[in-house]
Amino acid sequence: MNAPANIKETKAEQSLNAQFDAIFAQTTQENANQRKQAWDAFKAKGIPHRRVEEWHYTDLRTKMNDAFALASKTAPKADALKGAGDLKTYRIAIVNGRYAPELSSDQNVAGLSIAQTNGFLAAQLGTDDAMAHLNQALVQGGISIKIDANAKIELPIEIVRYTDGSQVSSYAGTTVEIGSGAKALIIESFEGDADAAYQSNALTEVKVGDKADVHWLKLQVESAKAQHIETLSIELGAETNFQHFIYNEGASLSRAQLFLEFKGENTHAGLRGTSLLKDNQHADITLFVKHAVPGCESREYYRSVVDDKARAVFQGKIIVEQAAQKTDGQMMIKTLLLSDTAEINAKPELEIFADDVQCAHGSTTGDIDEDLLFYLMARGIPEAQARKILVLAFLSEAIEEFEEEQCVELLEAMTRSWLHADDMVSE
Amino acid sequence: MLEIKNLHAEVDGNKILRGIDLTVRPGEVHAIMGPNGSGKSTLSYVLAGKDDYEITEGSISYNGVDWAELGADERAAAGMFLAFQYPIEIPGVATMTFLKTALNAQRKARGEDEISTPDFMKLVREKSKELKVTPDMLKRPLNVGFSGGEKKRAEILQMSLLEPTLCVLDETDSGLDIDALRVVSEGVNQLRSPERSMIVITHYQRLLDHIVPDVVHVLSKGKIVKTGGKELALELEKNGYADYVGEEAA
Repeated sequence: MNAPANIKETKAEQSLNAQFDAIFAQTTQENANQRKQAWDAFKAKGIPHRRVEEWHYTDLRTKMNDAFALASKTAPKADALKGAGDLKTYRIAIVNGRYAPELSSDQNVAGLSIAQTNGFLAAQLGTDDAMAHLNQALVQGGISIKIDANAKIELPIEIVRYTDGSQVSSYAGTTVEIGSGAKALIIESFEGDADAAYQSNALTEVKVGDKADVHWLKLQVESAKAQHIETLSIELGAETNFQHFIYNEGASLSRAQLFLEFKGENTHAGLRGTSLLKDNQHADITLFVKHAVPGCESREYYRSVVDDKARAVFQGKIIVEQAAQKTDGQMMIKTLLLSDTAEINAKPELEIFADDVQCAHGSTTGDIDEDLLFYLMARGIPEAQARKILVLAFLSEAIEEFEEEQCVELLEAMTRSWLHADDMVSE
Repeated sequence: MLEIKNLHAEVDGNKILRGIDLTVRPGEVHAIMGPNGSGKSTLSYVLAGKDDYEITEGSISYNGVDWAELGADERAAAGMFLAFQYPIEIPGVATMTFLKTALNAQRKARGEDEISTPDFMKLVREKSKELKVTPDMLKRPLNVGFSGGEKKRAEILQMSLLEPTLCVLDETDSGLDIDALRVVSEGVNQLRSPERSMIVITHYQRLLDHIVPDVVHVLSKGKIVKTGGKELALELEKNGYADYVGEEAA
């Protein structure tokens, strides 16, 4: 359902026109074609709006009042970057869409190579999404990360994506290639100047080989006024374990769109996450999971806590193609609404063309359980504290399934901090 | 001392308690027996301060404090403990974390210092051994995956850790086999003391073989219709509740 082509351009679209013209004029011959093709693909669709089915609950055309100017190259202080906090990591910093080696780790890690790129991905994107095309039309830079076959990377690979400045936008393109038999933990944070209004648009393409073991934690802690769009395209080989977790806390508007395809048999993928929303935040997680080969297992478990006038959107589509027999796909969305004005739109979908599969989806939404609350209070725990305990418990259940101990600790600490419950006993 | 005077209470507009008078002095154990639907569990929830249980007439005071003024958490800090008939499962809350949080919340409310982690661990180890609560149970989320007997033992463990002065045991014997009943009863008996009042709510007499009460009350249609010594329980076991509740006997 494409938008009619004759729709009137918004202010944001007009700004984008000027930005594209300026960046295109500076683009080298080598990349000009790709930039132009991406721009044409974007222009054919325009900024997505509610009549585009995949964006129905996130009317970006209305919410994006303007497209901020492309951020220039800056050099923020190292201590502005939060990343994974105190964890010892191998850090890769990307500032305003560009690789920032001066803020990145400089040691060599066997089996890991990092290269600065111009941000253009392979011409065949895994998606035909307008905002992914826009990323490639305006991309400012990026990196490629390569993990050799059978390499076991001990340190977490920390990708810090920082947008520096206010009223600016950043576009980065990243490729990640993980060789067969490799093992890695990737912690990726999206952040920026506190209280700054900015727009970040990241496009990342991940290819994982056979028999690999990958854990990927995304920390979305953008400034409270930011607009965040991330497109992640993932292809998985055979007998691989891929576990992804989104921690969604920042941004006034966020959209995480994941396109995952099973390319090899007997692979497990877990897509999980927690969203912690308040004020007028709007957070959208949209998944397309394609089972194209037999014997794969996918888990899509997301939990949200929504307060004030915030709104969580979840759309998850699992497609099981005819060849994908013995597919096991389970999707479950659970939401706690903490106020009468909080909202969730949950749309889990299954499209099954194979006949021997186990698939299920479900969604529950509710308030804090009064019986649980009474039990805690009857033991002497004051109501406000009891409520925090129950919210933390609700989110912890999802967090603990990520099964990377250092990440679980980090996520629980961040969750406690969001709840203003830092003093809460944690063991 | 617990003093209940002419207590009327309702839930969702349904009148359940219709004028209860009851005084429990320190050191006393009172049993409240009665058929299903007589208001036994309602009385326990009203005492503990559950939100949707509304006192419409009469009063409850404990050690001179008007209970209506206090929330459930404040009553707990003032010495109240309800051992639930159906202890609820709370996924995501580790049992040890919960125990420590509850103990410290009560201490804080009473203006006492928080217990240190080593002291707390030592205390839990001692008490849990007596009640056959395994370290594995303490590691699990609160009551999650516990058997009926384990849940009841965990309740008594909480009671023994929190050291309340007013204990209400709501059908603690339900779902227990003979061995579990003995362990739980021994745990309760160890907590009997001259400073502590207990109300044991039960449907059957068998619990009272283990926890011998000083006074037995029969509750019917929201009122206490008969009060006697421990021999009253034996009489009820023999003749049923029919003499006290007429045709609506269980």
